[in-house]
This record gives sequence, C-alpha cells and structure tokens, in this order.
Amino acid sequence: MREVAVVSFAQAPNVRRDTEHNEVEILSPVVREAMERSGIPKADIGFTCSGSSDYLAGQPFSFVTALDAVGAWPPIRESHVEMDGAWALYEAWVRLQHGDIDSALVYAYGKSSPGDIREILSLQLDPYYLAPLWPDAVDVAALQARALLDATDFTERDFAAVAARNRSNAKSNPNSQLAGDFDADELLSSDYLVSPLRKHDCPPISDGAAVIVMAAGDLARDVCERPAWISGIDHRIEAHGLGVRDLTTSPSTTLAAEKAGMNGNIDIAELHAPFTHQELILREALGLSESVSINPSGGALAANPVMVTGLIRIGEAAQRLIDGDAKTALAHATSGPCLQQNLVCMMRAA
Amino acid sequence: MSEPVVGFGAPIRLEYNYTPGSASSRYLRSIAEGRIVGQRCPNCEKVYVPPRGSCPTCAVPTAEEVELAHTGTITTFCVVNLSFYKEIEPPYVCASILLDGADIALFHLIQEVPEGREVTMGMRVEAVWVDESELAPTLESIKYFRPTGEPDASYDSYKEHL
Repeated sequence: MREVAVVSFAQAPNVRRDTEHNEVEILSPVVREAMERSGIPKADIGFTCSGSSDYLAGQPFSFVTALDAVGAWPPIRESHVEMDGAWALYEAWVRLQHGDIDSALVYAYGKSSPGDIREILSLQLDPYYLAPLWPDAVDVAALQARALLDATDFTERDFAAVAARNRSNAKSNPNSQLAGDFDADELLSSDYLVSPLRKHDCPPISDGAAVIVMAAGDLARDVCERPAWISGIDHRIEAHGLGVRDLTTSPSTTLAAEKAGMNGNIDIAELHAPFTHQELILREALGLSESVSINPSGGALAANPVMVTGLIRIGEAAQRLIDGDAKTALAHATSGPCLQQNLVCMMRAA
Repeated sequence: MSEPVVGFGAPIRLEYNYTPGSASSRYLRSIAEGRIVGQRCPNCEKVYVPPRGSCPTCAVPTAEEVELAHTGTITTFCVVNLSFYKEIEPPYVCASILLDGADIALFHLIQEVPEGREVTMGMRVEAVWVDESELAPTLESIKYFRPTGEPDASYDSYKEHL
C-alpha cells in the first residue's frame, strides 16, 4: 500500500443553531484554514471529496453549491458521498492509492438545525416496514440501549459515566458544544427522554464543518513535520433491518478493525458514538484496553454535526499525532441507525 | 387466494427553517429597499447577484458590495406554453437577465412586450417593481422585467454569460 497521511485538519466551532451563515459560509473559512496549514497550494490538490446529506438542508444537490467554498475552476477532480465525511476520506485514500496524484482535500459539512434531525434520520430506515412508523433517531437508539441493558451487566449508571467522562474531556476542546463537570449519579436523577435514554445519553444537535488535507509519501514528509500516517482503513456494513441484527454487538466494527490492521498498541481512540451506550458497544467490539484514552476531544456527545462527526474523529485523532501528543491512534466513524455501518482508520506517527 | 399487495402510501413531510446566510440576507434586505445589491470577487472581480458570500471560481470571500442597475440584457429565454400561475396567461417568456454591472444572470419573467415585437437574445429590459408599500425581502418585489426600447445589445457584450 502507498503511504498516505493526514497532514492538516480544521473544523468550525460547533453550535446549536447558526442562523447567520449558510453552509458555504460555514465551510469557506474552514477550507482556507486547512489549506493554509497544509502548505499545499490549492492548484496542486489532486482530488477533492466531500460528505454531506441533502436531507439536512432540505435542498436537492446542495453539495454542488458547497463547491463554492472550494473553487472548482479550472475544473478539478471531485467526488461526493451522501455519507459522513469519514467515507469521503476513505474514497480519497483509495484515490491516492492509484499513485498518479499526491494530495487530496476532504471536507464535510452539515447543519442539523434547519429541520427536525430526529425525524430526518428516521428516513434512513427500511422504507416499507419501519420508516412509515416514524420511529425517530432517539427511539431506535433507545431500542438498542434497552437490548444492551437486558443482555449484559451494563447499567444506566455506566451510560451516565460515559456522558460525564466525554463532557469532561470536552473542556479542553474549544470547538465542543457541551462540556463541563457532571456527576454520574446526579445525571441519573433526571427524567428519561426515551427510556432507557436520558438527555445526557444523547448527542447535542450541532451545525458544523470539518476539512482534512491528505498527502502521500514524500509530499507528506515535506509539508508536515509529523504526518499522521494511515496504516490501515476499512469499513463494513450490517443488515438494514434492525430486527435481523444483534443490536448489542458490533461485528462490522470488529471486522473493519481487523481488516485495518488493528493491534493492541493504541494510545488514543476517537469513537463516533452519538449515544452513551454505543461507546460501550464499540469498546467491546474493538477490545480496547483500560490504558487507551477514549475520546480526548469529548467525542460525539460533546458535538454532533451530522455528516461531519465521523470525519472530526479522524481529524481529532490525527491532530494529536501531528502535535506529537500520541504515537498511535484509532479513529472510528459510524453511519446508519444503531451503528449499522462502521469505519476504522488506524494511524501512527512514524 | 387473496390478491397480492402491490403498493401502499407512506406520506412524508419535513419542514425546514432556511438560513440564507450573511451575503444573501444583505441582498434580500436590499430588495426590500427597492435596490439590488451584489458582491464583487476581490480576485477575479466578477460581480455575483444574488451573492452567496464566496466566489465559486476563486473560493475567496466576496465582501465588497456593488449596487447594480435595474436594467439589463436578456442572454437567453424560453417561451412557456403551460399555465403555472393563475395571474399569468400563457404563452409568456421567462428569461436570464444579465443586469448591467453583473457577471451572472438572474432569472425572471418578461412582460409588456410591445405588439409585433418578439423577445430576442440581447433585448434590453428594465425591472418593474411592486408599489413601495409592498416591498419585501423577496425577488417577487420585482414584478417582472419589460423591454426598454433601446437597441439590442451586441452578442459580444453577453456571450461570456450564457
């Protein structure tokens, strides 16, 4: 495999509702910041790939409009996935393996605030038997959480502890939306949102954008002192129908990690777990030991710009390698209801 | 044996609060004042209307505002023979109109075409606004464009904007 690395990362501050800026206006400064940090001239970028969903904006082909933030003249080689930006990064990684280009720009953007994100996400369910019943994103997550409580020794207090730890970690993340010191027992005294999930078990609703610049081989070494080398990346999917899956495990995560060459030697892991119980499922699926620092950024529970959250996990993990704060990192992204599809990106500092 | 189920209805309705953004908001507010404001790219100097805050070619912010004329040139058009609106009797013409000073065409309705005259590429037109009391932050504040009677603009003057 050709050596490919993340050489720069930038993200917009995550906010509950940005009523001043449209998607292009949120994305533009983030693209410029990531490009400037990369030191690679815009004209030299070999491939551009984005991840977003028209359902969030309620506008068909809104991803074409977003190209205004990048500039597509003279014509550029460009692609888009109607998925989290982590999958756009995967496509860019594959494209860089072709060997004829040395750099790629990956971006993701999403405003969850214009519509009802819980209802919008219900449209990704099976359209014949499930979506017409309108179970929303929190409802199906609660279904999974209940199955986990019934099948394992995990408790609602374990869920609350995940929320408290992530939001404590988020205190050092200037882009986070929900940060602070919370006591797990106090959190448990609040009412259910959708039983057995309480508000703290759920992600905030966020508007945001993120950009990653990737480079291969010597170009990465030239522009970055400590590139975050991607040692392996893979994604796997499970059945669409929730009823045919065991919701208490994540075999697609386990398989993706295995194919990405995961071994036990990891300093940090950024997990895309929008709900507290999903972090518990992912930790088991990945076999993460107690010594691994999980979600030093605060994860999806601190900020959750849908379609961007997964790419941010890769960016946050890569940034710690670029800064010299860690040697090895795992970044995970998810898509679909109840952790249906999962991507694992393994990175190392040298 | 019962009849097979061949279909069912599953109605979907989603509601959105659209955010036009800073640049388009300024444009819409200018329309509510009976003005048309675009933005110029500091790099390629193209003037965009409606502005979206960024030059799609250069990918740089377009901060400089430019007040545009209410006159322009039809770059291309189509004749609509179907009735979409009760107020407008078909056939009627919709046209791309390059406002004087702009580098991107607006789409609008053409009315008051004199008897015996046909809409052409290059035809000069002017905006007809609603009454001042009805001005609002929408392009509907311009009712339509109508021919000015000036000679047609030369093809060279708008060929880059088709």
